[in-house]
Amino acid sequence: MELHLLLLFMIFAAIVAVEVKDLLSSVIGVGAVGFALCLAFLILKAPDLAITQLVVEILCLIILIRATINKDLPLVIEGRWVFNTFATLAFVAVFLFFAFHALKELPSFGDPIMSVVKRYIAQGKAETGAVNLVTAVILDFRAYDTLGEATVLFASVIGIMAVLRRPGRKKIEEKNHD
Amino acid sequence: MIDNPKNGMSLLVKTITRITVGLILLFGIYIVLHGHLSPGGGFAGGVIVALSLVHLILAFGREAKVAKISMNLASNLESLGALMFLSVALLGFLGGTFFLNVLNKGLPFKLFSAGTIPFSNISISIKVGVGLFAIFLALIILEGTKRKR
Repeated sequence: MELHLLLLFMIFAAIVAVEVKDLLSSVIGVGAVGFALCLAFLILKAPDLAITQLVVEILCLIILIRATINKDLPLVIEGRWVFNTFATLAFVAVFLFFAFHALKELPSFGDPIMSVVKRYIAQGKAETGAVNLVTAVILDFRAYDTLGEATVLFASVIGIMAVLRRPGRKKIEEKNHD
Repeated sequence: MIDNPKNGMSLLVKTITRITVGLILLFGIYIVLHGHLSPGGGFAGGVIVALSLVHLILAFGREAKVAKISMNLASNLESLGALMFLSVALLGFLGGTFFLNVLNKGLPFKLFSAGTIPFSNISISIKVGVGLFAIFLALIILEGTKRKR
């Protein structure tokens, strides 16, 4: 019950974040979605994910607010709205059609069908020595996945630092002076 | 220099920051080191450590230089974290396969247990925390150069 209320609230906040005219209000809406997702993780009894979601949400909110404050971009909505609306509706229809057929095949929510997990739960403590099963899975059984995630984060940080680095901006400033 | 009232936020924020920032840093380190015993782990703990430094910069202002980490040092530390995680992975070759938990497992519920998992947690926390803090620093430095123009 609480989960459904939270999901409705998240959908509502996401629609507000998309539709509102003010950029700062939109950022606040995205933050509301994130914190509701954190509560949903707590209700689903996943404290690891809840902690990570909360902390990352705070950092993203600080960065986004600092990036958007006093910097309202004008919203362009005129022109071609008939085509845009039609394209959106067509995409939603196609998505719903395929999602309906795909979701019928899934097991019901909370039904543990995956047989690998049974072995992790039974053997996790004995094989890794870690009491926190989530850590045992992400850093021992599935550590290769974690290495991939770390690589993705590394690449994104390098990309951001390359875009925002000093020498490139100095050259642009010199060009502007000329 | 830190107490310069022109930089950063008001006196109330600065005083409370002085009290809380050490606790936040300590909590982040606790979450990292107890990642294999309690909820949390390298990712969340690293972000909490980064948030304590962000907290300092937000309260005292960019000019006060309370968090003495430059962009260069940040990117070097991030690469160090990535290399540490990779070397933990390569350590598994001592037992035959990539990412094998070769160290002594120890007793459950003890701090020094679970073999290589605490080392993975520490290296991931360095990588994630310093990486996200570097993004924040880059944005702040960018804002500073824009203001000078």
